[in-house]
Amino acid sequence: MITRKVRKWEKLPGKNTFCCDGRVMMARQKGVFYLTLFLIVGTCSLFFAFECPYLAVHLSPAIPVFAALLFLFVIAMLLRTSFSDPGVLPRALPEEATFIEMEIEAANGNVPTGQRPPPRIRNVQINNQIVKLKYCYTCKIFRPPRASHCSICDNCVDRFDHHCPWVGNCVGKRNYRFFYMFTLSLSLLTIYIFTFDIIHVVMRKYPVSHLSNQKEQTCRRIVLVCFFTLWSVVGLTGFHTYLISLNQTTNEDIKGSWSGKNRVQNPYSHKNIIKNCCEVLCGPVYPSVLDRRGLMQEDSSVSATSAAPSSFSSSNPVSQTTKTTAPLIPNEHTPDDAKPSIAASAETSAPPKDEVPPAPKVPPLASPETDAEASIVKDKAH
Amino acid sequence: MCHCVPLKRFQRTQGLVPTAADGNMATEFHNLQELRHSASLANKVFIQRDYSEGTTCRFQTKFPSELESRIERTLFEDTVKTLNNYYAEAEKIGGQSYLEGCLACSTAYLIFLCMETRYEKVLKKIAKYIQEQNEKIYAPRGLLITDPIERGMRVIEISIYEDRGSSDSSSGSSSVSGSTAR
Repeated sequence: MITRKVRKWEKLPGKNTFCCDGRVMMARQKGVFYLTLFLIVGTCSLFFAFECPYLAVHLSPAIPVFAALLFLFVIAMLLRTSFSDPGVLPRALPEEATFIEMEIEAANGNVPTGQRPPPRIRNVQINNQIVKLKYCYTCKIFRPPRASHCSICDNCVDRFDHHCPWVGNCVGKRNYRFFYMFTLSLSLLTIYIFTFDIIHVVMRKYPVSHLSNQKEQTCRRIVLVCFFTLWSVVGLTGFHTYLISLNQTTNEDIKGSWSGKNRVQNPYSHKNIIKNCCEVLCGPVYPSVLDRRGLMQEDSSVSATSAAPSSFSSSNPVSQTTKTTAPLIPNEHTPDDAKPSIAASAETSAPPKDEVPPAPKVPPLASPETDAEASIVKDKAH
Repeated sequence: MCHCVPLKRFQRTQGLVPTAADGNMATEFHNLQELRHSASLANKVFIQRDYSEGTTCRFQTKFPSELESRIERTLFEDTVKTLNNYYAEAEKIGGQSYLEGCLACSTAYLIFLCMETRYEKVLKKIAKYIQEQNEKIYAPRGLLITDPIERGMRVIEISIYEDRGSSDSSSGSSSVSGSTAR
């Protein structure tokens, strides 16, 4: 029996990449994120190298200092947005998925064979408006209101705004304010650099001393980059300011969820711009429900329990990663090492859930809380 | 073997509240040790979220039918209502949350490297409360509450244990399909 302690992030489904032993969580495609970093760092380096010495001497030394602070703030916000968990909802464990399936089947009643069953929708009333909750077939849950499934990251994200390739991550409940602060501070930084670029060029053009050709060209390049960045970033900031004041997400805006005469009015808006802004920007900082750095045991045979310390929010330290009791149909979410153990568990145990109809194709979720009952059933079987 | 830390911690605790008032309960356990040794997991009930007041974290207080014979309605409702109050406290948008937000923003959110957010503090309180409830009320009745944070804040999972020694152990499987196929 080979036991290996792994961190929970190694077994998380979805298409995220993790770094620093689970501390950093990003999407798979990071190319555009590196481009963003390069543009910001590159432009600012040029600014500091070629323009700040002149401006510090001829205007004020506070100019480069303020620019440096702003630059550091922008980078901090960018990294915070890119590296944090956007509010990913963990997938349902097998029992929960089965429970939901049974509720759905009970609600649908008898569907004659050949007929398609009705779409899986739950209606909830929020602030006297009816909101439809859709069922996510990948995550096996009814998505909470405002949550959406990101196909790029293959996760359901709470208060899903959009997937931003520029930051290399989804933007959701947990990192929306960082994203907004990033675009806002980047707009300010761009305007700042742009302004002082122009001032610098003007000052250089008309004084006594000559500007070297190379420096003038560098200035012009900076002006050009700033000009184009300005329109896009400032535009984006303006758009998100508009969304925040209405307490809407980009996703809802694109789908037109709250616009139009026949549609529901936005039930989440406080009908007050200040209140909406305060809720989005100054609301509580939600903790991540994905316990990425918790420890779990992984082995390929009979369960052994031990308590491994995990992060503060998890009180379930250990369980089998790959054991389930339902007869499973492996799908693409099955981790490879789960397959032999599924076969083993199906043979050796008499799982109480054998009577569950095979309709719920529940993936053997690699979550540590997977199955106490598997362990208990095994004990019973031996 | 059970996977829950609460059970493991309870191994070390001494005698818990006896189930004096549970004369009419189907199965009786005197403490979690007994639960662990003689019980098998029969079923799980999931208390869903209540979205009637928006996206703030609230759970439904509707009493599930599977627990009818196991625990009194009032105890269950009390637990869920207390949990709801804790979550409301964590998510309250008011003076303190604004202060925290503005302070954090001015330090580029680096302050959270040293400071715990209010939400995290409340989550610790919740974990303690759930452990306490399990010890005092739920384990003696053969039930176990799982902290919602471990289920993505989507559900409160209540595990129902059957006494392994009794003839009910084989009915554990039928109770799954029986109780839900109504």
